[in-house]
Order: sequence, then C-alpha cells, then structure tokens
Amino acid sequence: MKHEYSHYFSEVVKDLKPSGIRKFFDLAASMEGVISLGVGEPDFITPWGTREAAILSLEQGYTSYTANAGLLELREEISKYLSTRFGVQYDPTNQIIVTIGASQALDLAFRAILNQGDEVLIVEPTFVSYAPLVSIAGGKPVAISTSPENGFKVTPEQLEAAITERTKAILLCSPNNPTGSMLNKSELEAIAEVIEKHDLIVLSDEIYSELVYEDEPYTSFAAVKGMYERTILINGFSKGFAMTGWRLGFLAAPSELVSVMLKIFQYTTMCAPHMMQHGAIEALRNGYHEVETMRASYRRRRNYMVQTLNEMGLDCHMPGGAFYVFPSIKSTGLSSEQFAEELLMQEKVAVVPGNVFGESGEGFIRCSYATSMQQLQEAMKRIQRFIETIKINRKEKCPAEVSN
Amino acid sequence: MKLTHEELEILKIIEENHRLPVETIAAMAMVSEETVKKTIKKLEDQKIIISYPTLIDWSKVDGQENVVAMIDVKVTPKRGVGFDEVAERIARFPEVSSLYLMSGAYDLSITVEGKTMQQIAKFVSEKLSPIESVVSTTTHFMLKKYKHDGVIFEGGDEKDRRMVVSP
Repeated sequence: MKHEYSHYFSEVVKDLKPSGIRKFFDLAASMEGVISLGVGEPDFITPWGTREAAILSLEQGYTSYTANAGLLELREEISKYLSTRFGVQYDPTNQIIVTIGASQALDLAFRAILNQGDEVLIVEPTFVSYAPLVSIAGGKPVAISTSPENGFKVTPEQLEAAITERTKAILLCSPNNPTGSMLNKSELEAIAEVIEKHDLIVLSDEIYSELVYEDEPYTSFAAVKGMYERTILINGFSKGFAMTGWRLGFLAAPSELVSVMLKIFQYTTMCAPHMMQHGAIEALRNGYHEVETMRASYRRRRNYMVQTLNEMGLDCHMPGGAFYVFPSIKSTGLSSEQFAEELLMQEKVAVVPGNVFGESGEGFIRCSYATSMQQLQEAMKRIQRFIETIKINRKEKCPAEVSN
Repeated sequence: MKLTHEELEILKIIEENHRLPVETIAAMAMVSEETVKKTIKKLEDQKIIISYPTLIDWSKVDGQENVVAMIDVKVTPKRGVGFDEVAERIARFPEVSSLYLMSGAYDLSITVEGKTMQQIAKFVSEKLSPIESVVSTTTHFMLKKYKHDGVIFEGGDEKDRRMVVSP
C-alpha cells in the first residue's frame, strides 16, 4: 500500500509555492539547440589562478573543518576588501561569517531576527528565494511593487506606506535580480531616513555589487550615514568573481548580530568547505583585475541588449548593474508566460517570464546577457522574428484593431 | 597617443572580434554608427589598428603544415643606429614572421616559418648568418603550439556546463 506522507510535513513548507523557474527549466532542458538567456550566473569560468589555489589546497591536504566563521585569513581578506572597495570597516575576528553562498547568509539573517508573524519588506520584482526564506523563518513577506516608470526603484513613500507595527526588516537587493536596477547614494539615503524612523533592520544583498556599470561608485548600504548599526551586509564570490558553483558567500554585521547568526551557523553547517576558502583567498588577493575585465565585457553586452530590445519595440530600461535586462513585452499582447513559452517553442530562445519574480513582474521577461556576443546576436535575431510573427498573427485575427 | 574613452572602448571591442557589424559595435560602445566608422578609420590611419589577421591552426590542414623556428640572434650594434638597421633588414625577409629586440643573453628574437626544416636551415645559413653584424644564431624548432596570442589551441575552450535556466 502506498504510504501517505503529507500529514508529516511542516505546514509552512507545504504552503511554499514551487519556484516558477523550475517549470521553465524542465521545458528548456528537454529541447535541443536552445539559446538560453535564462541563466542567472556568469558565463565566465572561475579564473584559473583561483581554481589553481583550490587545487593546491586539496593537494596539500586541507580537508579538515575550519573555524565556524571561516578561515581567519579569509575573513581578514574580506575585511580588507570591504574596506578598500566599499569603505566599510568590519573586524575579521567577530564581525564576519563565511557562508555557503549568499543564500545561506540570508537564511541565517532571517532566522536570527524573525519571530512568528514578523513582517519583512521585499521590493518586487524580486529574486525568488527571499519570500520563501522569510516564511521558513516564521516571518511574513510583504511585497512592495516597483515599475519601470521609476526605474524599478523603491521610493521612501512606498516604504512608509508598507510599514506596519509588525515590520521588522527590509530586504534590499541592489543591483537587483531580475531588473538590474541599482540604487544610488542619494536614493539609499532617502530610504535610510524611513528605516531609521521605524527602527528597522536591513538585509542588504550586495551580491551584484561588482557588476555595476555607471560612473558613479557603488554605495554599500552599510556605508550610508547611520545605517551601519542596522545593516546585515550580504555578499559573496558567485557573481563578481564568477564562482557560483563554489557556494561561497559571506555576511558582515555588528558583532552582536553576528554572534547570534554564528550560533545558528555552527549547529547547521559548522563551516564552509576548507579548500574553497583557499580559492577565495586567492581571488581576493590576486584576482581582482579579472573582475574588472569581466565587468567591462558585461557592460558592453548590456548596452547592446538594451538598444537592440528597444529598437524591436520591447521597452527596456537601462539597468545600472547585474547581468539582466528586464524588457516589457506588454506591446505584444501576450502574458509573460505565454511570451516565454511560445518564444521557446517557436524560436528556441529561453528567457524567464517576469511573473516568477512576483506579480509586478507580469508583462516583463528577464533576459540574462551572461552569454557570448555571438549567442546574444543570434538570440536577438530570433526574438525579432518571433515578434514579427506575433504582429502578423494579430493582424490576421483582428485587422481593425491593429490597423491604426 | 592619448585616446578618448569612446575610442578605447571601440578598440577593445574589435580587438576581441573585429567581425562584429558596425551597428553592434555602436550599441556596445553606446555611440553612433558614424562615430564607430570614423574612429576605426582614424585609428587605421594612425597605424594604431595595424591589421585584422585571422588565427588559423594550419597543423590541422593536410599539406599545409608549417615548420616554425625561434632563433636567438646576437648582433653587433652600429654607432648611431644601434640595433635598428640590422633589425629592419632582417624584418624584410618574408620568412620572418616576428622579430623582437630582447634584453638578456641575446639581442634579437626571430620567428621564422617555412615548409621544411631544410628550408629554415637554408634561411639561417644563407640569409641570416652572412649579414655582417650578425655574430651568432641559435635555432630552436617549435614542436607544438599550445597557446598563441592569448588563444589556447587544444582543450582551452571549456564547455558551458551551466543549467539552461537558473534563478
């Protein structure tokens, strides 16, 4: 007899919706010859110097645990990096934890601060993990919708309107996945005022902070006046250093917050992998010029994508960072899912429908340009052709509507 | 020569791939197509862009295999012209595919290409060595090319192992 399991499951987990990306992955993975603009990771392979350092580490037998918070040597490098790159000071001995990807840092932060029913503000369209992580930690995710009219940026007024007496924290992700939108210093300062006023904690996911393309320097939220004490800064090696599969991130925060998160971390994880940490030390010490080369390459591709999409009639704002563009497909009359699905079937180009990033993502698609120029050019050609056929089909169906 | 940010950007784009259409280069550099055309023309005129060669692995084509030798040459520099006179002379030979003045144990490093070893030996003994200022030559034949001009020939292009769609 088939065993019934559902009554064993946690109610919280039962209520979680499976990620909308999954469905697309299954569909796209089953097809041949697909050009994918659906990939949320760099097309660069980790620079060789970094890889070699991890290989050497294994060769020398570094296969043991490390300190819970990570190798002190690595934390010192992270501390130096945060200081020189973003101007924020963290003590390597008690203010930094090396985690399994930035994802785990988020999980630790939510679990450390949330009680049942505490609300966390999340700016939509948003990375798919935030809301489920809040729920798993017992909190309640509250979405704030943004739109291209204000560059997918949250305003202080919106923030103010969403805050209730249960609001405990806000999750900021700049540059953002999926919109690529980036908040500059003055925009962050405006938000900071509201955060101060309502005594909130900020989880600042700065994983894309190396991939920013404007002349203005990147501002870490911890560097905003008065915010250091309220910020859990989350970053990692995945995007900027092209090390996604290494699963290596870190968090930095005031020591009292860190000690609470470390308590969870030591019981759940113990420490990040030893040899990977050696790779990361090398990346920080000698790999930074490679980050700059990759950044320049992404910037050119971003420019190409934004111009090409706009030319074909898919309105696309200029994102300040990350490696995504988030064009509107409303002019085609299709929903995000229809667009993505038909594009995949007809032209074998995989994009991610915007609605998987929250309701306000409906009417948009996410295109990652972390792929070669050659592939991007071919993908743009195919999307152009796809749009032409939609136009023709619509004309045939309702000629009057489209004629003027 | 000091270049503008735009000019530098265009150079870096075509250094990687000069076959991109002008409109694509323009979009990538965020300038007009007219600017791309003008800039490229200007940089060609100034000999900053020298040529657009294609990197070919001839060893894969039957009957087209080349023998390549690197030759270390010691020369006597001449008063007033130093190494330039003899270097310019050697550079004119079509067999010579590259020529550099080096620091260290010898003076000129020459790459010579030919169909056979005999051909190269002949070049060294009949053309290179008899030049008055050439004091000595040491010829090294190249056995295999692993990497050339930043490009790894075999096994260098690592596969894209990413999943097709990820968050």
